[in-house]
Amino acid sequence: MERIYADRKYIIIGFFLLIGIVYLARLFYVQILVDKYILSANNNVLRYVTQYPARGLVFDRNGKLLVYNEAAYDLMVIPRQVKNPDTMALCHLLGIDREEFLNRMEKASSYSTYRPSIFEAQITRDNYGFLEEKLFLFPGFYVQSRTLRKYTYKVAAHSFGYIGEASPEVIEKNSYYRPGDYIGINGIEKSYEDILRGKKGMKIRVFDVLNRDKGSFRDGRYDTTSVAGTNLYSSIDAELQEYGELLMTNKKGSIVAIEPQTGEILCIITSPSYDPNLLAGNIRRKNYTKLLQDTVYMPLFNRALMAMYPPGSTFKLVDALVGQQEGVLFPETRYGCQGGFPLGNGKKVGCHPHPSPLDLVGAIQISCNAYFCRVFKSIIDKSSYSSTRQAYESWRKEVMSFGFGKKLGIDIPGELNGNIPSPSYYDKYHGLNRWRSMTIISLAIGQGEIGITPMQLANQAALISNRGWYYTPHVIRAIGRKDSLNEAYNVKHKVLVDERYFEVVIEGMADVVTGGTGRVAQLDSIVICGKTGTAQNPHGKNHSLFIAFAPRNNAKIAISVVVENAGTGALWAAPIASLMIEKYLNRTVKRKELEERMVSGNLINGKQPESERGQGNILPD
Amino acid sequence: MREDKGIFYRIDWVVVGLYLTLVFIGWLNIYAAVYNDTHNQIADLSQKYGKQMIFILAAILLAMGILIIDPKFFSQFAWFIYGFFLFMLVIVIFSGREVAGSKGWFAIGGFGIQPAEFAKMATVLALAKYLGTLDVSLAKFRSLVIASAIILVPALVVFLQHDTGSAIVFLTLVIVLYRAGLTGFVPLAFIVLPVLGILALVLPKVVLVAVLLMAAGGFYFFSNRKLRTNLLIIAAFMGALGFVFSVDYSVNHILEPHQRNRIHVLLGQDVDLRGAGYNVNQSLIAIGSGKFFGKGFLQGTQTKYNFVPEQSTDFIFCTVGEEWGFLGSAVLVILYMGLFIRLILMAERQRSRFSRLYGYGVASILFFHFAINIGMTLGLVPVIGIPLPYVSYGGSSLWAFTVLLFIFIRQDSYHYELV
Ligand SMILES: [Zn+2]
Repeated sequence: MERIYADRKYIIIGFFLLIGIVYLARLFYVQILVDKYILSANNNVLRYVTQYPARGLVFDRNGKLLVYNEAAYDLMVIPRQVKNPDTMALCHLLGIDREEFLNRMEKASSYSTYRPSIFEAQITRDNYGFLEEKLFLFPGFYVQSRTLRKYTYKVAAHSFGYIGEASPEVIEKNSYYRPGDYIGINGIEKSYEDILRGKKGMKIRVFDVLNRDKGSFRDGRYDTTSVAGTNLYSSIDAELQEYGELLMTNKKGSIVAIEPQTGEILCIITSPSYDPNLLAGNIRRKNYTKLLQDTVYMPLFNRALMAMYPPGSTFKLVDALVGQQEGVLFPETRYGCQGGFPLGNGKKVGCHPHPSPLDLVGAIQISCNAYFCRVFKSIIDKSSYSSTRQAYESWRKEVMSFGFGKKLGIDIPGELNGNIPSPSYYDKYHGLNRWRSMTIISLAIGQGEIGITPMQLANQAALISNRGWYYTPHVIRAIGRKDSLNEAYNVKHKVLVDERYFEVVIEGMADVVTGGTGRVAQLDSIVICGKTGTAQNPHGKNHSLFIAFAPRNNAKIAISVVVENAGTGALWAAPIASLMIEKYLNRTVKRKELEERMVSGNLINGKQPESERGQGNILPD
Repeated sequence: MREDKGIFYRIDWVVVGLYLTLVFIGWLNIYAAVYNDTHNQIADLSQKYGKQMIFILAAILLAMGILIIDPKFFSQFAWFIYGFFLFMLVIVIFSGREVAGSKGWFAIGGFGIQPAEFAKMATVLALAKYLGTLDVSLAKFRSLVIASAIILVPALVVFLQHDTGSAIVFLTLVIVLYRAGLTGFVPLAFIVLPVLGILALVLPKVVLVAVLLMAAGGFYFFSNRKLRTNLLIIAAFMGALGFVFSVDYSVNHILEPHQRNRIHVLLGQDVDLRGAGYNVNQSLIAIGSGKFFGKGFLQGTQTKYNFVPEQSTDFIFCTVGEEWGFLGSAVLVILYMGLFIRLILMAERQRSRFSRLYGYGVASILFFHFAINIGMTLGLVPVIGIPLPYVSYGGSSLWAFTVLLFIFIRQDSYHYELV
């Protein structure tokens, strides 16, 4: 019964043959009949030329251009196509020696012999002219147009960041990037990479063996055009930034200014800094190494975000607010001070001479250590808490609502958390629950393990001027359209202290400037509210701190200034903050003498500056 | 007494010759595909051609090993072998490693072994074994269900490994069923349905429905107008209609984007030259540039500059097309045709139903790989990543195809022994 199917073998063989014949016909069609698929009789090759879009521009808050692009060219090489190059001529054109030439060829070949590698990156327009004329002499080499980042103002290098070739790890993870592509590596170039970069395009061109461009492949039907990157509108005020960097000449430290009502960062100065143009183009690698190796100035270190200081007396403002919120402190609360706060073991937290007793406003104005030690102690020892630990945890939670002890989430990478010690830290240090309010009393005056970044300090000033809330500070106010808003930063953060407790603290801050520790910051026309601080520095002279905002109501600017190894807050930080506020609000500075003194002060390697001696009217804090 | 003459005396040297020729052509083209100036030692083990040389030597040892095994072993242990590889297929899902999005690999030493390749051989063995049993007839519903299950179970498991290409290969065994007496409508449907499916994606729905209506009308006009026939025509029409709409739906809603792209590219509805279309377009440019005589050994430029991706594995035919031209490509196609026809003629001369159907299974599997692989490089079939038997780079596939073929050669040599 099976035999009857034997003739099915003819159908099966027939079917196999049919497919075979179809394929032969197709081969005949593709290889002989049409030349749609034949490029030419020569060994022509298609080259996929990436069209790099221009990166987005960056403008400052007044519409001034900050970052732009300039045409540049990468010399590419495809090692396999390199035929008997006139090495010396090419070396001469590029200004390299034979050894370097061979080095680069070796590197390119080890990546791939048939894929293009960058031979010389970011040749400027001027040098490109010479090269272009001679390029036909060097088969296997061609030029790829790129763009070079340029900076109108030589400021805010750390905020801008820089771009560079995408690393192998990035390429592995993200299929958009290919070797030789640029990617933002730091600053806003990194955090807004997706927006700034635009979209690459692709042109397919036909080249013959002699490296001659024979035109686009099939009339460019498969080409894709690149899409330029989106522009960013920064909240940075270029002039203020520039002025701040001038004031910080020859000083280590930082200035951060924020517009309190929006969280927009007006300037971030970190000093010492560098010219952002140094890290653009093919000079980047060389300069980067140089900057990195400068361990004295550490110009690559962004102090505004990555340095952490004990906040010193500026933290007394937080004590005042949390104390009131906890119901252990009232504006009328008065504490006496006999040269400090006794610790019980014969030692004391010292204080400078001043009238005693003081109420809350007076204590802020005079910056009395004893007063705020008592406030802190009354919070931690409050009877409604069952343990020191519980009281501390509650205190810590309220303090962290000020944006301390955690990243604020600003749009520049590298921000530090800062540090508000956790209870377990004290457990480790003193034994489980073996610590009391007196053990950790130094927190009251912003000393000890507490660490706060200059950005967080500026945010503290901003949230006090707002009476209890802040927007996360950010440097990009709008993306694409000038009047649009950066959606990522429209969440209002509420501090865990009620609005009604702020006014008395602000009153104290105003008095600091009119008749307290920060009198030097006084400005005739505008009420500045501020607080000095001195951060103890075990490695040398104390750091000078000042935070402030102005005007008192509807503040337009909140600022923090840190000058390292400069002594008390009133010496350097307060006058610099005051000058910055004057500059921002009045656009000009009238106090030329003060300005001159600040600019010329050299705190890195200069002699003891003038102002140190003429400080009769400055109180310690 | 029969042993004296030696088994090498009785094996079919035509098929062995075709096998060796294909393997050699494969190695030559792998060499050309990955050739570069810095590595040109033929035994360089860091290069694919060096490794393929080892694979080939191992394959030949494997082939000789099979030739000395008692041929009855394979029919007796068919179920065991089938069960074993089915088990391996399931195991690999959980413990295998992933290569190119497919989970079906075991890492043994430095090599990857893909059980799916061997499972094809095991399935052919089991199918031939089952259909070779005396009381089995595909006219019985029960037999048909069991035979289909033998094919579909491993296919399903391979499909679950995200290796759609290899899973489809199993379906080609319908040819074996057809030879064993299955009604011709089924293999016909295997041809008609894909055509209908492509039409469903290319033609507007209205036109397609009209065409189907006309076809149904035509059948009715020429039919004997009995109720049964009319019902059959209506059923076929409704079935076709349902199929057309479900194809459209599944392509647009169920398939993964990359699979959908491949289909659109194939149908000329997409020109994404960096994505799915890139491979096919590059492949056609490479083959087309070979013209009649080809550019000569190692002279290919398209394939040399790696414009063609996966060129030593799935797109190896491009190298043949570019360097050996129409002449070389045609020779390769004809060699394959010769192999397939020879296998069928050999199958027909078998005395046992088991070895005959096994022979058909070998021919079908090899043919399907050939048809899909070359069809894909010629832009006639969607891009499905399955290797060209004996020619593509890779140990797993070479060994599996070698075992598949040599089991049959061994069966065939036995047919003399029975005389
Ligand atoms: Zn005091």
